[in-house]
Amino acid sequence: MTRRSWIGWQFVAPFLAVFALVFLAPIAYSAYLSLYRTKLIGGTSFVGAQNYTKALHDPQFWSAVGRVSLFLIVQVPIMLLLALLIALAIDSGRLYGAAFFRISIFLPYAVPAVVATLMWGFMYGSQFGLIRNLNEWFGVTLPDPLAPNLVLAAIGNITTWEFVGYNMIILYAALRVVDPSLYEAAAIDGAGQFRIIRAIKLPALRGPLLITTMFSIIGSFQLFTEPVVLRTIAPNAILTYFTPNYYAWQLSVGGQQFNYSATVAVVMGLLTMLVAYLVQARAVRKAV
Amino acid sequence: MVAAPTIRPAARRRPRPAAVRIRGRKSWTLTVLTTVMLIYTMLPLAWLVISATKTQDGLLSSFGLWFDGDFALLDNIGRVFTYQDGIYLRWLGNTVFYVVIGAGGATLLSALAGYGLAKFEFRGRRAVFAVILGAVAVPPTALAVPTFLLFAKAGITDTVWAVIIPSLMIPFSLYLMWVFARDAVPDEILESARVDGAGEFRIFFNLAVPLLSPGLVTALLFNIVVTWNNLFLPLIMLKDRQLYPITLGIYTWNQQAQTVGGDVVFNLVITGSLLAIVPLIAAFLLLQRYWQSGLAVGSVKQ
Amino acid sequence: MRMTRRRALLGAAMSLTLLAAGCGSSDDGTDSTPAKTTVSDADVEAALQAGGNLTVWAWEPTLTKVVADFQIKYPKVKVNLIKNGSGNDQYTALQNAIKAGTGVPDVAQIEYYALSQFALSKAVTDLNTFGAKSLDGTFTPGPWSSVHAGDKIYGLPMDSGPMALFYNKEVFDKYGIAIPKTWEDYAAAAAKLHQANPKAWITSDSGDAGFTTSMIWQAGGRPYKVDGTTVSINFADPGTQKWTGLWQGLIDKKLLAPIPGWSDAWYKGLGDGTIASLVIGAWMPPNLESGVKAASGKWRVAPMPQWAAGEKVTSENGGSSLAVTEASQNKTLAYGFMKYATVAEGAQSRTDEGAFPATTAQINADAFKNKEFPYLGGQKANEVLAEAAANVAPGWSYLPFQVFANSVYNDSVGKAYTGGGTLQDGLKGWQDASTKYGQEQGFTIQ
Repeated sequence: MTRRSWIGWQFVAPFLAVFALVFLAPIAYSAYLSLYRTKLIGGTSFVGAQNYTKALHDPQFWSAVGRVSLFLIVQVPIMLLLALLIALAIDSGRLYGAAFFRISIFLPYAVPAVVATLMWGFMYGSQFGLIRNLNEWFGVTLPDPLAPNLVLAAIGNITTWEFVGYNMIILYAALRVVDPSLYEAAAIDGAGQFRIIRAIKLPALRGPLLITTMFSIIGSFQLFTEPVVLRTIAPNAILTYFTPNYYAWQLSVGGQQFNYSATVAVVMGLLTMLVAYLVQARAVRKAV
Repeated sequence: MVAAPTIRPAARRRPRPAAVRIRGRKSWTLTVLTTVMLIYTMLPLAWLVISATKTQDGLLSSFGLWFDGDFALLDNIGRVFTYQDGIYLRWLGNTVFYVVIGAGGATLLSALAGYGLAKFEFRGRRAVFAVILGAVAVPPTALAVPTFLLFAKAGITDTVWAVIIPSLMIPFSLYLMWVFARDAVPDEILESARVDGAGEFRIFFNLAVPLLSPGLVTALLFNIVVTWNNLFLPLIMLKDRQLYPITLGIYTWNQQAQTVGGDVVFNLVITGSLLAIVPLIAAFLLLQRYWQSGLAVGSVKQ
Repeated sequence: MRMTRRRALLGAAMSLTLLAAGCGSSDDGTDSTPAKTTVSDADVEAALQAGGNLTVWAWEPTLTKVVADFQIKYPKVKVNLIKNGSGNDQYTALQNAIKAGTGVPDVAQIEYYALSQFALSKAVTDLNTFGAKSLDGTFTPGPWSSVHAGDKIYGLPMDSGPMALFYNKEVFDKYGIAIPKTWEDYAAAAAKLHQANPKAWITSDSGDAGFTTSMIWQAGGRPYKVDGTTVSINFADPGTQKWTGLWQGLIDKKLLAPIPGWSDAWYKGLGDGTIASLVIGAWMPPNLESGVKAASGKWRVAPMPQWAAGEKVTSENGGSSLAVTEASQNKTLAYGFMKYATVAEGAQSRTDEGAFPATTAQINADAFKNKEFPYLGGQKANEVLAEAAANVAPGWSYLPFQVFANSVYNDSVGKAYTGGGTLQDGLKGWQDASTKYGQEQGFTIQ
């Protein structure tokens, strides 16, 4: 090993040490746990891959995966599209008070997910919340956002609210460093705003969009806090297997099925990696 | 970080001066459209502020987006700080402590590692990336119980370490610092310092850190948000209420209503939440200049 | 920091060893002979005088005063009372601590429905060792049988929740509704009220496992039969069907407020007349006083409606016990504390603070029965509640994995409240989920 190589490791080592403690050890431990089964009656025994076979045929697990997939397919594009449009609007230079918009739309990111969910939860209330106020004012009957068929959308709204500004800022920051001479050249060619967006801005955003997509995918697959907090007021809409993460949590805290819970965590990790890889591979192929 | 980075030549472009950007007419249509979005983001915050002025009774009996008859904000704030022997202040202090040590430590660790990954070609570098990326995909809440069992074996559950150690690890921060170190620290400066015989860590702290400072502020701010918002790990790790961070404390106040014999204090939950996000929002507003330029350099070089 | 950390490590190592040592003999819960009394009352008293440290996990608010008084009486005992969140949050913490083998408290508050689960996994200790059998007659029958598993005694009852009808008199009077004596009356009252005011409901329910089991209990259903590790689950029995028949009717006619219990809206609804009554445990008054201040003076208590006119059958709803953990290093001292808190001075102190007692002495005291509740318009509510306590139907048992079962209740039965099926279908789904879990955990399900 060369001297430079050794020094590189020294810089990375503290991070890796904590990483090993906080991420790798629990993952390794989960992988180990996933090979056993503990029963209330009968104790612990080695079961090999049985937990994995069970997970593959577990309708509750797959229903949870289906739900977050739907969430991913609908919520992530909407949120990123909104973030993109706002970033472009703010960057266009045609907005009054652009700096104010930029910081204000970003602010929800600073609100803890628990607080955000509590707030929206209060507002969603059709008995006493804003929904009731609206119903009474306009003499309508709005659908209850906490009904089983709408609750996923209600959660999607909360996460969009929390993260649209965050994604907007990342995209906007990328637009800020586009070389201004490109715009000047385009202007000389007589290109309009939309052409500039298509020819210059969007290509410049390819990398940041990929990053935000990746984080959003991981975030969707790990959806947890919002459903947990909302369950208090929507117990029949949010099932204990609402998202894979919730399911894993419920398995260990509600049912003491630590082994199977660990299995679900491992399978979900692999699935997330797979999806992230596929999206990235596709994006890179398109770019080539 | 997830993408195989298509590294462009490291043209270290400064963000354009604002003057160059102002061109063309302002558009009312665009402003109105963006205002719709603004209302959407501000509405819940407005609700929070308005609700914080209401009593427990007024909270549910009055229209959510307008003030109730009596203005109880000061009273609510007073009660938040005195309720249960003033434990809120203790929680706030804890959070600040966790944030300083946790987010500060996380920023330092990721700055070191990001710099190491960006500026040293070493064997195993790719493996480091692969492992970190893979691990990020595993949901941490699903790992909560295994983590608890491991920490219990180490005897650190129900201590401040159970909160601090996990918050030292924020992968997004590593990504940010890595990209930032790659672009903001010129190799030539490092080489000339080495020729002068400076040690690598001295070079890092004396030369690289000043260059990295916008990135450090950015990473620090984002890490503060992550640490500040930490809920479920403390929930499972801590028994001693005196160690709770603020979010967990507020969560328990909210849950109190579900407890037989528990006090119902939704007004304190709301006012407490408002007070808890004020410092974060203030930090973002005050440090705006730093983190926005930090992100500008950090995010673009894919 | 250094010191405490080392001690903690040592403690962890020790309890792991103990856990390992304990494993060999305690794998199955089929052994049914109760432990012999080996610790006398004199030993307990000696332990209290000798002193030591105790950790108690309990969320019951009245224990704060009990602990303070206890430490005055026994100055050498230091009690660390930890409120870990209520119910499930605490069970999770307890299960995690037991699994980790460290940080397990000496005494834990455990609700009756959850006790057999902890008993079965040997998390709590059989109190026959301390001669708990001699407390026969000290407690009211409902709670006392709830802490038994066969002849074994796994906890001392702390409070009790015989059910009664709490109603908003103002609303009842306004719409001319008489206090329902039977469930038939109750259903009629529900229809009458909602028709008179579409924004008011007789009660709220959006699916609650504890409520459902208590209602089935009163109706004579005994869906769970438990014999050691052999369990049967059957929600098709006549008692259950009696209840689902009534309740399905209320759901179908939209006569139940769709407001989840204990939510902000629920408290609000109890205050403004939206929710006109509650069938709930006798521990409710302090909750009304603190959470529904707006309705002070409006609420009253009446006996639980009956399935046949003239009957006087009730069931238990909630309530909890204190138990000594198997991992406790000082069980004798822990038992001494529990006895203080549940039988001796603590029982009186907690009753004075508003808890509903599980001890016959307190429940039969004149001062208790004659207590006037200003919140309840000066009513001597304890007369009604004490009678309810005396009339709890016998023979009920919970599953030895009721904590899990209750946690998934809304997954299947919740559909009945959102228009996706009937209660009876939902209960069948719940039965299936419980059966599946029981089988996976090694129970024999019949």
